[in-house]
Amino acid sequence: MAVTEGVPVSEGIGRQVDYWLTVYRRTWKGTAISSFVAPLFYVVAMGVLLGGFIEVDPSELEGATSYLAFLVPGLVAAHAMQTAVGETTYPVMGMIKWQRVYESMLATPLAVRDVVFAHLVFVTARVASTCAVFMLVVAPFGVIETWWGAVLAFLSQILVGTAFGSLVYALTTRMSTPEGFGVLFRLGVFPMFLFSGAFFPVANLGEVGAWVARLTPLWQGVNLSRMFMLDNVDWAVAGINATVLIVLTLVGLRWSVTGLRKRLVS
Amino acid sequence: MIEARDLRKAFGDFEAVRGIDLAVRKGEAFGFLGPNGAGKSSTMRMIAAVSPVSGGELRILGRDPAKDGPAIRGRLGVCPQEDTLDTELNVFDNLFIYGRYFGIAAADVRERAQELLEFVQLTDKAKSKVEDLSGGMKRRLTIARSLINRPDLLLLDEPTTGLDPQARHLLWDKLFRLKQTGVTLVITTHYMDEAEQLCDRLVVMDKGVIVAEGSPAALIQEHSTREVTELRFGVVGEDETHASYAEKVAEQVTGLGERVEVLPDRLLVYGDDGDEVAAKVHERGLRPVAVLVRRSTLEDVFLHLTGRTLVD
Repeated sequence: MAVTEGVPVSEGIGRQVDYWLTVYRRTWKGTAISSFVAPLFYVVAMGVLLGGFIEVDPSELEGATSYLAFLVPGLVAAHAMQTAVGETTYPVMGMIKWQRVYESMLATPLAVRDVVFAHLVFVTARVASTCAVFMLVVAPFGVIETWWGAVLAFLSQILVGTAFGSLVYALTTRMSTPEGFGVLFRLGVFPMFLFSGAFFPVANLGEVGAWVARLTPLWQGVNLSRMFMLDNVDWAVAGINATVLIVLTLVGLRWSVTGLRKRLVS
Repeated sequence: MIEARDLRKAFGDFEAVRGIDLAVRKGEAFGFLGPNGAGKSSTMRMIAAVSPVSGGELRILGRDPAKDGPAIRGRLGVCPQEDTLDTELNVFDNLFIYGRYFGIAAADVRERAQELLEFVQLTDKAKSKVEDLSGGMKRRLTIARSLINRPDLLLLDEPTTGLDPQARHLLWDKLFRLKQTGVTLVITTHYMDEAEQLCDRLVVMDKGVIVAEGSPAALIQEHSTREVTELRFGVVGEDETHASYAEKVAEQVTGLGERVEVLPDRLLVYGDDGDEVAAKVHERGLRPVAVLVRRSTLEDVFLHLTGRTLVD
């Protein structure tokens, strides 16, 4: 036989389906309840109760007719980010150095690329299922304008998940201890969650602040999700938002593969 | 099965393996014996086709690991030094999931997993959590897992380190049975008794190079005497340690055997008749508090070749 780069990546991922299904079967009950309850709490507390105090012209809410309708699309996108980051920090480090699951996987014909892709497919599925639940929970609140808008918003939320998932995965492969996660959460994830337009229009941050917010990956997803949900789409901006998220995903994938290779195949 | 010429592994400036030659034949049990840091594990990782070779040539199962890594790994069984079992899966699933990584059909893996649980005597633990298993059971499960793809070559990195004597003997028995079925075994160990029990042929490694090669019996014959007389002296004065005292006594016992080694806690006198050596020691008026006459082991070979003991 000539040079064998291993099995095709689809086959490599396929061989790990049983593993990830087993992992999912073990954890889905816990995550199902939290992914149903958490959005409900958020929407009731912030959208309905806090939003009840907010009365502004739709033009100041990026076209939303209520604060609830403004909040929900951004909140789901932010939730996608948090889910993806949660799934690619401690769990990935655990598989690298605590349970050393990757080490056992790489002793088989699986390649680093297969292992990274399969894990990120799982992360994406987690993000998709949690966002789907979120969208179903908020549907009765009358925040969905058109079905196709909701579908495109859902796809944008998944893109948020793939972008953050792959970038943070890449970061985790380059960290030797979990101490850095605290910094990532406090100085990266949390400020982005608060200031990337999920809770208020970024225009409120002033000119400079607004531009900084628009440079964050989360804003791209928040904006996409909201434009589609409110059926108020600027297609040029949507194209940029989607392109940024896709490019970040591809860069993250590449860095993830090189990072894990450097870490485990030495 | 394995051929290496001038094989090297470097991590930055540190060279862990400094040019070794190897040839492992089909069906034999081949050992790497050496203390921690000798380069055994680095060599094993290169043979397992997970660690790129830094220099020299390496062929595993006739293939080049740099090009055919996945194909080679598909024919290997790997039992790593530290258990990498998935503690979140039960015993059976650890085997099943692992078999799937090799692309073996689900039904076949299930059947094979049952067979292997039987082989390592864990059938009644199939549904147990891995974390509830004892150390010996975990090792047996790791060995079962490494056999899931019916490997041609089984790599065992320190298979019994950290196990109690009973668990070690049970494991040796399993490995011996595997060897009987024609599986080629490659074992690293820093236990000389393990190497003597399991290996047909071994290399002694120290600081990244091979210092001796041969069967355990041949190595002992070549590098040591038939018997060893161990002498332990009581500490005499307040400030005098055993070592400094032994140094002085060593001069007096020189000539009794072929060779004398001074260890921190005892003196080893190498001679073909240990009892005769012991008798002469007494004739010379020396009064050791303990005398032990025993056969030479690979430990003595290692001590002779490197001037150090295996387990520090």
